[in-house]
Amino acid sequence: MRLPMKAGGMCAAALAAAFVLASPGAARRAGAQADEKAGVVAQGQRLFVYHCAPCHAAGPRHPGTDALRLKYDGAIPPVLTDRTDLTPEAVRFFVRNGVNAMPYFRKTEIGDQDLDAIGSYLSRRRR
Amino acid sequence: MSLLPDGVSAQDFDAALADFTRVVGPDWVFRSDDDVALYRDAFSPAWDEDQERRPSAAVAPANVEEVQAVMRIANQWRIPVYPISTGKNLGYGGSAPNLTGSVVVDLKRMNRIIEVNDKRHFAIVEPGVSYFDLHAHIQEKGLKVWIDVPGPGWGSPVGNSLDHGVGDTWGIYRNHFSAHCGMEVVLADGTLIRTGMGALPGAESWAEYPLGFGPTVDGLFAQGNFGIVTKMGFWLMPAPEAWCSGSISVPRRADIGPLIDFVNMIEHQGHCGEPAYSSPLASEQGHADYQALIAEGQFPSDEALETFAADRGKPFWKVRLNFYGPTEVVQAQWAACKRLAAAQLPGATFEDGPLSSLPLPEKLLEEHDPVHFGIPTLGTFALTARSARNPEGADGHLFFSPIIPKSGEALLRFQRVMWQAFHDMGEPTRITPFTGPNTWMFHSFAVIVVFLISRTDKDANARVRRTFNTLIEVAARHGWGEYRTGPLFQDAVRSTYSFNDHSLLRFQERLKDAADPNGIVAAGRYGIWPKHLRAGR
Repeated sequence: MRLPMKAGGMCAAALAAAFVLASPGAARRAGAQADEKAGVVAQGQRLFVYHCAPCHAAGPRHPGTDALRLKYDGAIPPVLTDRTDLTPEAVRFFVRNGVNAMPYFRKTEIGDQDLDAIGSYLSRRRR
Repeated sequence: MSLLPDGVSAQDFDAALADFTRVVGPDWVFRSDDDVALYRDAFSPAWDEDQERRPSAAVAPANVEEVQAVMRIANQWRIPVYPISTGKNLGYGGSAPNLTGSVVVDLKRMNRIIEVNDKRHFAIVEPGVSYFDLHAHIQEKGLKVWIDVPGPGWGSPVGNSLDHGVGDTWGIYRNHFSAHCGMEVVLADGTLIRTGMGALPGAESWAEYPLGFGPTVDGLFAQGNFGIVTKMGFWLMPAPEAWCSGSISVPRRADIGPLIDFVNMIEHQGHCGEPAYSSPLASEQGHADYQALIAEGQFPSDEALETFAADRGKPFWKVRLNFYGPTEVVQAQWAACKRLAAAQLPGATFEDGPLSSLPLPEKLLEEHDPVHFGIPTLGTFALTARSARNPEGADGHLFFSPIIPKSGEALLRFQRVMWQAFHDMGEPTRITPFTGPNTWMFHSFAVIVVFLISRTDKDANARVRRTFNTLIEVAARHGWGEYRTGPLFQDAVRSTYSFNDHSLLRFQERLKDAADPNGIVAAGRYGIWPKHLRAGR
């Protein structure tokens, strides 16, 4: 198969990457990283359900969701788990600084690692 | 680190924190500005002002032995400490101390549920256990008991009851301190005591019989500063089979007296759970006729209010009653209420509410506040968060919480007095002719006034503080005292409980001096200051 030079160059790079990924050690490492990331996201989800969902889930009597619905007026989903614009940094900022009626959380409540996990969960890539 | 406890040198403070670190480990002593800032009262009505009460550091022990060690160190270095449970007492001080510079002893890591017994109906928990935790534990284990929860589910049964917190199910469980049974406490010098039957080695009835033998001392540790509570027992309600509710409405303003008398009789006999009073006219306050009635700022006459109610075609008062128990019993209780009320309350009308098995089906749970079913939520923060009623939201809230007698006469008098107080201050009134009582306490009413707090508008906060302090004075002149308040107002409220030249406070101070001679535990909490900080107050 003939490819334009640029495309061929990319193809070569992709092939090189495939070769690197295909090496047993690298594949294991990549697999381990993916597993670790999935584990962190799953942990983040559990922590989100515990710490955040009572205010930020869907349905009645969730003041965080109600507040964000008014604030964004439909421009952004009010339920945090429906959003695709959250970053770990934004999550960390709000948890450690609070906003409006939401108080900040102490490190005995949500430790830094747990906070990173919540950030990973809320900022995970969705299909 | 920018703050030191008053009278403690930087060198001694460093030494104390180093000793704390040896006990709890470096991860659990917090002294950087960023970490310590997380212990400020997030709802402080004096945010960023000199009078805001701020901690100097925090230490988070994991077990009772570490709490004992922390207390010995604090005594050695004369470090004032301030214990918190889950630190969520928002609206009443949050996680911040009375005395600026205190080291917060954060008990959140002590989060063990020691026992939940659904045959003898009690729980024993540590301070870091939240209502959410306890409820989840009961659900996971399939235990047949309910907890009684306050508005915010992230609060701690231990912390909430120690601040005289309240809930919304059955009478004897709603006053959380009254429903406690047995405590474990670390005293100021590190000594460990257990109260009630807990003082008897081998007793298995610690959370069943609260009085033990001899004088009880549990009350000293609630709204007090005589030690750090590390375990508490609570009586729990057996999970009922069914729930039903029903409403009674009465037409005239003056009918509130007989209505309250009737509901008192029903409730105090044990026939209903928390009653919820309201006025169907409260939603009519924007009507031009009502606005005309109050245009001059005066409290409307009873006659004018009766006419307004009649014109609007609505009853003046309504009470919703909740019944819990076997299906036949709750039906019979409501039927009996209707029969008795029809005979005693002229003009009363009735509305049958739902009858349902428990746990409540999802649809009904969406329509009825879960707190009436012992289910913790954070729904109470709708008071403060951005909402249709409050489009910009607020940064916090503050509760003015006086206790009044459980009578219609008291409620109507309270309305007029408080209306006038707001008017005299030039403030918009937050008490109206339609304000009903809060009914959490089994044998009294509270009437809560909510104030909103700002993190940026110091003038608005100053106005709230002025108003709040005036309300404390006005209420006290009429015999109404706050059941609970945040550190910023505790001295003012304390000074109103002044019978016989403050003899109760003087007795409490004598006890404080004996139990905590260095005055290190929660100095100033609820107006009890240690000897070395008492002068001039």
